[in-house]
Amino acid sequence: MPDSIRLEVTRYRPDTDSEPQRQEYDVPLRKEWTVLDGLNHVKNEVDTTLSFRWSCRMGICGSCGMNVDGEPKLTCATFLTDYAPGPVRVEPLANFPVVRDLVVDLFDFMERLPRVKPWIIRDDDVTEVDGEYLQTPEELDAYKQFSMCINCMLCYSACPVYGLDPTFIGPAAIALAERYDLDSRDHGARERLDVLIEHEGVWGCTFVGECTRVCPKHVDPAGAIQRYKLKAAKESVKAFLLPRGTR
Amino acid sequence: MSDSLVRAAHDVLIVGGGGAGLRAAIAIAETNPQLDVAVISKVYPMRSHTVSAEGGAAGVIAADDTLDEHIYDTISGSDWLGDQDAIEAFAHEAPRELLQLEHWGCPWSRQPDGHIAVRAFGGMKKMRTWFAADKTGFHMLHTLFQTSLKYNEVTRYDEVFVTRLLVDDGRVHGAVAVGLMTGKIQAVTGKAVILCTGGCGKVFPFTTNANINTGDGMSLAYRAGAPLKDMEFVQYHPTGLPFTGILITEATRAEGGWLLNKDGYRYLQDYDLGKPSPTPELRSMELGPRDRLSQAFVHEVEKGRTSDSPWGPVVHLDLRHLGEQVIDTRLPFVRELCLKYERIDPVHELIPVRPVVHYMMGGVHTDIDGATPVAGLYAAGETACVSINGANRLGSNSLPELLVFGARAGRAAAEYASAARAAPAVIEAQAADEVRRLERDVMGREPGTERISTIRDDMQATMEEAAGIYRTGPAMAKGADALAELQQRLLKAGVADTSRSFNTELTAALELANMLDIGECILRSGLEREESRGAHQRLDFPDRDDRRFLIHHLVHRNPDETPRVAPLPVTITRWPPGERIYGR
Repeated sequence: MPDSIRLEVTRYRPDTDSEPQRQEYDVPLRKEWTVLDGLNHVKNEVDTTLSFRWSCRMGICGSCGMNVDGEPKLTCATFLTDYAPGPVRVEPLANFPVVRDLVVDLFDFMERLPRVKPWIIRDDDVTEVDGEYLQTPEELDAYKQFSMCINCMLCYSACPVYGLDPTFIGPAAIALAERYDLDSRDHGARERLDVLIEHEGVWGCTFVGECTRVCPKHVDPAGAIQRYKLKAAKESVKAFLLPRGTR
Repeated sequence: MSDSLVRAAHDVLIVGGGGAGLRAAIAIAETNPQLDVAVISKVYPMRSHTVSAEGGAAGVIAADDTLDEHIYDTISGSDWLGDQDAIEAFAHEAPRELLQLEHWGCPWSRQPDGHIAVRAFGGMKKMRTWFAADKTGFHMLHTLFQTSLKYNEVTRYDEVFVTRLLVDDGRVHGAVAVGLMTGKIQAVTGKAVILCTGGCGKVFPFTTNANINTGDGMSLAYRAGAPLKDMEFVQYHPTGLPFTGILITEATRAEGGWLLNKDGYRYLQDYDLGKPSPTPELRSMELGPRDRLSQAFVHEVEKGRTSDSPWGPVVHLDLRHLGEQVIDTRLPFVRELCLKYERIDPVHELIPVRPVVHYMMGGVHTDIDGATPVAGLYAAGETACVSINGANRLGSNSLPELLVFGARAGRAAAEYASAARAAPAVIEAQAADEVRRLERDVMGREPGTERISTIRDDMQATMEEAAGIYRTGPAMAKGADALAELQQRLLKAGVADTSRSFNTELTAALELANMLDIGECILRSGLEREESRGAHQRLDFPDRDDRRFLIHHLVHRNPDETPRVAPLPVTITRWPPGERIYGR
């Protein structure tokens, strides 16, 4: 194994750069080092001006998503040795405006997430908490995988539809809507469908399935989107056949 | 006030958007929807370190359990340094808070009949730890974050770093903060401020803590005139992965995992923690408290009974006998982490582990409602020290703590803010001072030869040397001198990055200044405590000394910026100091 590997890192400083540039750094190639370890080596030892987000370095906080050799990855869970002998291209996630270097702007997702009402909605108006809502392990399993989303944005980076139509609400938000719809404690499916049936909702998706493929937590947003399209189609048939009050 | 300097005025300003901060925000919105609440956080809330908690959250719910038992376990776990009135309130309110999370959608693991499932945990005499497989903190944080989105009265400032609290005449009035996207420095006023910034594990080199855990709230409070309490008590978790320091949850041992030395021997039986049995016994062996287990590791190293790794001595955690099904349903994240970061499968292989800095028992001194001695300033979660954890926190008490005391601080701050007046004009001059300090003294400094990362490395090495699992007076004194030198070096280290946009070198410099404060407080408190209690073990004072040290330590900041340590009585209600007994 060679003892170093070259990182080709995208740099962009809005104060001085008119467009992104590529900068090369050679970093030690060690078997336990992730791409993030390589970037931190650069930050601490070589070039203190390189900017990127990271925090937990155990694949759960969702901060450190970047495109590595063109694929969206959590850099804390992507090992340099898998790219030996290199070089490795490290770029900001695609489909987002770049703030600086490897940092992208998540405003759009953060602003739209509340629209799918990702919280428990109840028909009853329980204010006093005196016992749990029962939920069997089977009922938990029904939504469990959709609850594993860490909001890392890799699916948005991989989504060809989001790249072309930024009004598309996107895979993670739809997966979270489905997470609550499938929760036996929730009664909010109707309200969420009203949101997702709108133009920016599920219709943009063409079932490419890239979102599911790149998800580091094995969530299936493509499946969630497909289910919503079916629900939405049923609704439009009902809307056509039935007068409004009986729906 | 001029518009450019003061960005917005709120009733309550919460610094930190993790579990405690979000719980406080929701409590305020529910207590008084008229109040305008803002959450200001240096990361997006769902990136907060609550996300990394694995094992579970303790709250009495099982038919065979009682509140008094949870209280007693917590008190004995704390080596009698926890305040018993706070612990009683905590144990009483924890189950309701956990149920509230259930109603908000937290995917708690269940029994076949649909009721909440509980598991065993270290130092707990009954099964009372609620869990969401082994991603409990992740699910709690996302549940709180998503639920918080339905409250329109909560404003969020994401990726905004607070550099100073605005205090006049003993009252807090807001904060000055840098917006990371733009680099803009502005004041945000609040009639009350709640600090919920989490822990400070990054003071040490080897920690389970995330990059963001730099003790910002502790340092903000300390500089604003609020004392820090019990800072000498730093928890080493006995089972971290070598190199990364990634946490392998105590739930592995609750499910029946064994700790083995290099001879395959369950060495804990040699340290007054009970006798080995094939299935886990509560408050015994691998289910002993974290302080005692981490200390046992050090003795195994001394006896030459640990294995060598490139990252120092290790022991092994054996889960093989649990079988694939138990591991996949109860500990799936542990398997994922081991496969990813150690390239081993715990279904078939031993996991190398060693003690790792995990949690700060100390923090901002608060009363039982989260209030600090500075009027209007509150703290909750790991940032705060109420104290329920005393000299050693029990696993699975920190998650319910951030709920119980996040909600309490929220309600108390809401009440205070309802009666408080708007910020006085003098605050603007303070804000202008802070802008000048940041622009001239930090940003404007010529980059010298010294790097922030070098000083940080030296600080971490100093703290590991001086304030590890076993300590001595001379080592702590030497460490304190070294930190003083590092303070001076930091004043000379420049920030090479001149960009305003997302300048992480600037944040790192400010975080390092915070951590140097905290390191100093840890060592000064540790020097004063001439006894061994819980996580503070002194080779030169090996015994617990209730006559002199059944007290908390408050560290105040003198006008000349040096620390001053003062005693505070421990509150004892029904449980007089006794022997900590495990496994017998």
